[in-house]
Amino acid sequence: MKKLSWGVGHGLSVVLVSSALLAAPALAQDAPVTGGTLVVANDTEPRNLNPAIVASNGVFFISSKIVEPLAEMDYETGLKPLLAESWEASEDGLSFTLNLRQGVTFSDGTPFTSADVAFSAMQVWKEKQNIGRQIFANLEAVDTPDDHTAVLRFSVPTPGQLIENALPAVTAVLPAHLLEGQDLDEADYNTAPIGTGPFVFTEHKPGELYRLSRNESYWQEGLPYLDQIVYRVLPDPGAKAAALETGDIHLTAFSAVPLTDMERLDAIDGISVVTGGYEGITYNITLDFNHRREELANPLVRQAIAHAIDQRFLIDVVFLGYATAATGPVPPTAEDFYTSDTASYAFEPARAEELLDEAGYPRGENGTRFSLRLRPAPWFQQTRDTGDYVRQALAAVGIDVEIVTADPGGHIQAVYTDHDFDLAVGSPVWRNDPAISTTILYQGGLAAGVPFANQWGYDSAAMNEIIARGISTLDTAERTEVYRDFQRLAQEELPILFLTHFTFISVARDEVRNVANNPRWATSSWADSWISAGQ
Amino acid sequence: MTQTGPTTPEPLPDAPPSGAARFARFLIGRIAQAIPVLALVAVGVFVLLELAEGDAVDAYLAGIGAGDAAFSAELRERYGLGDSLGARFLTYATRLAQFDLGYSVAFSRDVGAVILERLPNTLLMMVSAILLSASMGVILGGLAALRRGGPVDAGITLGALILNATPGFWLGLLGIILFAVKLRWLPIGGLSTLDAEYGPISATLDVARHLVLPVFTLALTYLALYVRLMRGAMIDTGEALWVRAARARGVPERSVVLRHIGRPALLPVVTMIGLQSGTLLGGSVVIETVFSIPGLGSLAFEAVTQRDLPLLAGILLAGTLLVVTVNIVVDLLYGLLDPRVRLGAWETA
Repeated sequence: MKKLSWGVGHGLSVVLVSSALLAAPALAQDAPVTGGTLVVANDTEPRNLNPAIVASNGVFFISSKIVEPLAEMDYETGLKPLLAESWEASEDGLSFTLNLRQGVTFSDGTPFTSADVAFSAMQVWKEKQNIGRQIFANLEAVDTPDDHTAVLRFSVPTPGQLIENALPAVTAVLPAHLLEGQDLDEADYNTAPIGTGPFVFTEHKPGELYRLSRNESYWQEGLPYLDQIVYRVLPDPGAKAAALETGDIHLTAFSAVPLTDMERLDAIDGISVVTGGYEGITYNITLDFNHRREELANPLVRQAIAHAIDQRFLIDVVFLGYATAATGPVPPTAEDFYTSDTASYAFEPARAEELLDEAGYPRGENGTRFSLRLRPAPWFQQTRDTGDYVRQALAAVGIDVEIVTADPGGHIQAVYTDHDFDLAVGSPVWRNDPAISTTILYQGGLAAGVPFANQWGYDSAAMNEIIARGISTLDTAERTEVYRDFQRLAQEELPILFLTHFTFISVARDEVRNVANNPRWATSSWADSWISAGQ
Repeated sequence: MTQTGPTTPEPLPDAPPSGAARFARFLIGRIAQAIPVLALVAVGVFVLLELAEGDAVDAYLAGIGAGDAAFSAELRERYGLGDSLGARFLTYATRLAQFDLGYSVAFSRDVGAVILERLPNTLLMMVSAILLSASMGVILGGLAALRRGGPVDAGITLGALILNATPGFWLGLLGIILFAVKLRWLPIGGLSTLDAEYGPISATLDVARHLVLPVFTLALTYLALYVRLMRGAMIDTGEALWVRAARARGVPERSVVLRHIGRPALLPVVTMIGLQSGTLLGGSVVIETVFSIPGLGSLAFEAVTQRDLPLLAGILLAGTLLVVTVNIVVDLLYGLLDPRVRLGAWETA
């Protein structure tokens, strides 16, 4: 069985900033207690809760407790077997064999078999899923020689490393017997999913809560510990913080409480800020250039802009320290792929001015070289704040920036379909393998309207060639090297500028145990989370 | 004003329409007036959402974070966004004309069901808040008018103005921090206690407890309007001739204040209640969000960000219906308060 080298280093990166936990390590060791209801804050009610169709964090937050993937990420071993016990890619890259766990049943009592994997892969991941449609585009068939073996067959050689890295996010297994022959887009299943996971879907009171209850027949002996998980809809950040204080909720995830409240909450007895548990879904802040603008098509101008921006300032002021500086499109937490050996653009406004002069854009009479329109992605406080900072930083080197705002729907159309922007601040997510959601930011020749992808007007033969090699190189070491080259080229050509990497933050009451114990914790099953009674 | 009733000794077969018939005619007239309003709102919603950048698919993609061109095309097809502008408007208008609110894109459910689920919450909160605000305004405004120019008047007027200038969300959060977090007297939000097993009476009390903070927050921010209206109206009517006549007749002062000054002074307050019913529906977005109450305000907000045309149209039409209904009730209340504007006046007018 191949392993990702998440390594021990990741275990160390789980910083439990909790004076209570650090001061009393014995507490963390006491035996798990079965029972209790974990109440967590929630602010979205996804229209489709089917994780095999919608692979997104908002959906996983709830449905990853109900429907399990083939494998989950793990701090110690990289990848922990879940519904698949082991897996192996063939030498020629044309097949990927999954040995499935036996004795697993769906919560309705039907046994889980290779037929469920075949159905999910062929009809859902490959056909319907927002991410799977790319990864499994060349999936031709799934062979099921017996009930606990599934062989994915690809029409072109596909790197085993890519499929393996994709397992946690894109392989939620659906019960074939409930869905076969149905219209998957409209199935009732999508609002009340059934799976093999530790919890079963119990109720949804719109605008109020989701309730999940213990799956009494869960395949892992003695798990889950919790009786119920309740997701309470609390849209207002201030109300979430108040609910943590009163104990109405135990936990907020995905930085639902503003960063500015973290210090205050952490100081409260019984509440801790938890920064780990999101390494597997690291987000990035990018400054996207529209290469259709003559000035921005010039590499000197893009380099100048990079020199004009102080990453340190962004980290300290916009992220209050909860972020790291980017050296390229891959975050350092992805130890396999990451390289720091890339072209870097230190914060040197004087150098930026030189480059702009050299590019042929001297300061005009009013001190301005040219004007740009910047669209910051509206969904995070930090994307909007980064926009404000970029405006200020570029003004210092003579580039006038006008901020243009829209709501999420408007932003998507303006940037990714209409290309109505000069600069945009984006927040692409890292999903464990550059081929899943990172290289698409550099891939040339995409149709207009593909969101979170290269709509910058950048199309480089060298870059396209590296990206193609990444998805066809079968040898893991060789493929990893291809992506090191990718990072180097990305930083050299600088079609977009990666500024910072950040992960979300949870705030939890101390009675909740086993928080953030894997790199995708908020979107994992929570089978081993429990509530301590002795608080 | 002609008083036809008392002059007729006995009701004749072809007598002027009875009270019930007049009432029916009045209602039909008002409903007929509402139809163009509803049509205008329906067209307005379509045009506004059409003008906004991005459609329902863009909004959805922003939420799920990935997709490809074919994926978007399939979604557009499924949401009925693939047709031309004219065709889409025709589908939309035909559907509404048949009272079919359609299917909400953002919630994957029938619009009617989504709205009906939330309407009671909003109505409960809104009606309580308006009535509370109006009654506090009537009492405080009346008091201020009677103590005109004194410290009580100044205190009430200033206090109401300060509350009026305070943003609702801030007042709400302040209430949460004080009464829910520090004092633990009241719940932080929602409409009922999670997993509480209550009988009908304690369940009602539980909902009431949950409504205290949001209703007071809403009521306090609107208090100034009612205080100023009542105060002004009381001062005006205090100078009316009939008040002087009543005093001259030796009517006790208490009765003068309540019946001769207070009752006519309520008219502008009632008018304002009618006008406010529209504002409160919109104003409740903030309060619903702060207090996590699933109501129409936050639903409308969601409908806009998701570019969910059927849902937004449904909500605005429901809101319009509500405002029209409240205004009919207000018109009827005028009659109760002031005999000069009974329904009969509609005929002679």
